[in-house]
Amino acid sequence: MSPDRIVQSALLLSLALFVVGVVGVFLRRNVITVFMCVELMLNAVNLSFVAFSRALGTLDAQVLVFFVLTVAAAEAAVGLAIIIAIHRHRDTLDLDAFNLMKW
Amino acid sequence: MNAEAAVFYVLAAITVGSAAVVVLARSLIYSAFALLFTFVGVAGLYLLLGADFLAATQLLIYVGGILVLLLFGVMLTHKLYDLDLRSEVTQFLPGVIVSIGLFAVLALTAWRTDWAGGDGRAPAATTREIGQLFMGRYLLPFEAASILLLVALMGAAMIVRRKRSA
Repeated sequence: MSPDRIVQSALLLSLALFVVGVVGVFLRRNVITVFMCVELMLNAVNLSFVAFSRALGTLDAQVLVFFVLTVAAAEAAVGLAIIIAIHRHRDTLDLDAFNLMKW
Repeated sequence: MNAEAAVFYVLAAITVGSAAVVVLARSLIYSAFALLFTFVGVAGLYLLLGADFLAATQLLIYVGGILVLLLFGVMLTHKLYDLDLRSEVTQFLPGVIVSIGLFAVLALTAWRTDWAGGDGRAPAATTREIGQLFMGRYLLPFEAASILLLVALMGAAMIVRRKRSA
């Protein structure tokens, strides 16, 4: 595979991964599944960053991936904490039941 | 088809296939374990694209950290003897139509753009370079990210703590 072919293929693959995550956020109503799909989308974006790093021959995009990783870890910690706290109150994981901040 | 392309297609099949299982599986446990294969597949793709340090980090943080945390979330919110680990599928047709449209637009853009910017070779010895970038050009974002992580973890501990009734 020639260099720019592999970059384009990796970009298309990351798009496919991202869209699979979007489908999951649209279709599923279980908050943990939606959470996993958000992780999928973050992974897809990271993959596109690595493809750009390969295309440009620089490492700045890979440094950016580390920041995305940091935000993903923080999101996982806080998100799961919120999920568990809400589950204690509502006793369900259905997204439609989580309307505390709706007015 | 050379070896690189073959490895790429195998990894791509693993990644997208298990991502589809994550979305479509009826059981949360199946979704979580399919997510494991997606993460490992993405790590393999990082290796293929020449980002070796990032591949190791992906395995450490996603598989060793986030996925384990997620499994804890599944275990803590469902009783294990409870067989109802299911989640509903709704809005099938509109969701799929919007997603296919999104994919078409993005893929067309990605395919028609000329991405060739550098010499197209993978940067060698990424670990040393990344360390120097973190300690040089990206020092301030690096420190901000570490503070963000600290605050997020403290906040997570605060949120799940049971309040003592005074």
